[in-house]
Amino acid sequence: MDYLLTDEQKMIKELAHKIAEEKIRPAAAKYDISEEYPWDVLKVMAESDMFGLFIPEEYGGFATSVFNLCLATEEFSRACGGIAVCYAASALGTFPIVLFGDDEQKKKYLPDLAKGKKVAAFAITEPEAGSDASGIKTTAKKEGDHYILNGLKHFITNGGDAETYVVIAMTNKSKGARGASAFIVEKGTPGFTFGKKEDKFGIRASSTRELIFTDCKIPAKNLLSKEGMGFIVTMKTFDMSRPGVAAQALGIAQGALELAVKYVRERVQFGKPISSFQGIQWMLADMATEVEAARGLVYSTARMVDAGIKDVAKESAMAKMYASDVAMKVTVDALQLFGGYGYMKDYPIEKYVRDAKITQIYEGTNQVQRNIIALALIKEMAKI
Amino acid sequence: MNIVVCIKQVPETTEVRINPETNTLMREGVKSIINPFDMYAIEEAVRLKERFGGKVSVVTMGPPQADAALREAISMGADEGFLVCDRAFAGSDTWATSYTLAGAIKKLGGFDLIICGKQASDGDTAQVGPGISTHLNIPQVTYVKKIEEATDKSMKVERMLEEGFEIIETPLPALLTVVKEINEPRIPSLRGLMKAKSAKFITFTQKELQLDPQQIGLCGSPTQVVKIFTPPHRVGGQILTGEIPDIAKQLVDLVKAEVN
Repeated sequence: MDYLLTDEQKMIKELAHKIAEEKIRPAAAKYDISEEYPWDVLKVMAESDMFGLFIPEEYGGFATSVFNLCLATEEFSRACGGIAVCYAASALGTFPIVLFGDDEQKKKYLPDLAKGKKVAAFAITEPEAGSDASGIKTTAKKEGDHYILNGLKHFITNGGDAETYVVIAMTNKSKGARGASAFIVEKGTPGFTFGKKEDKFGIRASSTRELIFTDCKIPAKNLLSKEGMGFIVTMKTFDMSRPGVAAQALGIAQGALELAVKYVRERVQFGKPISSFQGIQWMLADMATEVEAARGLVYSTARMVDAGIKDVAKESAMAKMYASDVAMKVTVDALQLFGGYGYMKDYPIEKYVRDAKITQIYEGTNQVQRNIIALALIKEMAKI
Repeated sequence: MNIVVCIKQVPETTEVRINPETNTLMREGVKSIINPFDMYAIEEAVRLKERFGGKVSVVTMGPPQADAALREAISMGADEGFLVCDRAFAGSDTWATSYTLAGAIKKLGGFDLIICGKQASDGDTAQVGPGISTHLNIPQVTYVKKIEEATDKSMKVERMLEEGFEIIETPLPALLTVVKEINEPRIPSLRGLMKAKSAKFITFTQKELQLDPQQIGLCGSPTQVVKIFTPPHRVGGQILTGEIPDIAKQLVDLVKAEVN
């Protein structure tokens, strides 16, 4: 399918492809085993300006383009979903500052993030506040020109390795969701420490840690937007970042499909390559069609976001949900095509199944995405 | 430090096809890339520029489409590119090529250093770099695997040998040819690619260079390609044992047998 990319978009896609093939793919298995943070690969991405794709030009980036972010994330994910998410999660941590930061905050944080000198992370999830974000217990109490943070965040991607965190905490519990606020917290702030690093099923190159706040004192000027805007910040951020997760899922699916097509052409059974069997061909045809459909949805949504269309919650949720469901199905089918070899860790395909699974879970489970989509549908109908 | 890098556009394959009638390279249908060894030359030049300041000028001789090679060099951090291109230069062998490139480099004005790849992956001669230094009458150090020290007056480098390396100090300006051990060429940046896309290059023709017509192109090329073949891999060898006089005798016998 030709998506009529501009010259600049083609350039970004080709550059990301080159990074993926030369730097990510050869390192994927190593980081999957070691669970080390892939700093050397991120350095290459940084030197190639990839972290500038989602940051405005006046702060050292190129433009805040969700579409460009998607192109890069898709290419990276074709080679390794784990390394790709280190990159995409930095975008997630950066978007709140891009969207809601004042000029001083943007000047302070964005240039280093655009150059990839620092990595960002976004922290909302808590042990008892996953899909139900209103259950957040972390508090931020204002004292003079500071806020004091107390509480625990967990499952935070890039946690411990990121330098710049956007943290959602309650400034007024009695107001429920309207009592949450967003803060920028720097690594190294006294009272801000990290808990255990999670041992994960997939995306093992990425780090996932607890963030622990114990009387952590941050300047009041680190508040993003106003008190009570925490959930708006979160929702608007997710509207921007969900196409990125969708692109990650899309890239994982595409990568698995490519490996599967290559394998079935080489694998000989009954005296011929198994690609000659119609049963195999039909599986490939379904996989490829679903991947292309997901791509169409992801790209269209990303273009909507970049065009400045205000309400993209439904499309963002659709893209994330559909692409991740496709990724799960396509990677499992790809493994099936590899037969017994696919089940072995000597072959790269089982990792794609493990990496795909998380895309159905994080940044809102696919059940939550369906809630968002259904709610939007019902609202739209009510307006008629 | 002002650095000139000489690069060549080559076919992206190690299986270069040769036109059996003309004994020249067949370029049709093969994607062109920068000679892989020249990528190390570009990278080293850009690194030196990043350390010492100055600029990196890239020069290539070839058909108009060789500007793609210059563009790629710009995307990696080179500052300017020059295309040496004229029908009068067609058919140049390594002698005429190095004479012509030396003429182009003179035209650029002052430089502190010239870096070339050790050889081109198509012709594999390793003659053009040394040829340029000879035409410009500057020192050359070939097969450089590391630049140990550099000032604006001199440079101390490690030169690779079959076994080990030697350390050579040379005054500047000088010409180096580099081997792949010297660095890992970078992946270009997006800014570099954007700059490269809109880069304009200066073309030098015979009109600008005013070179001796007897020394350029086919008529300036003393090389005659009689036959082209892939040399067989060197195999095993024979180790002679025994006392030295005995070994000497064996050796003489073997050589005699070979000659006969």
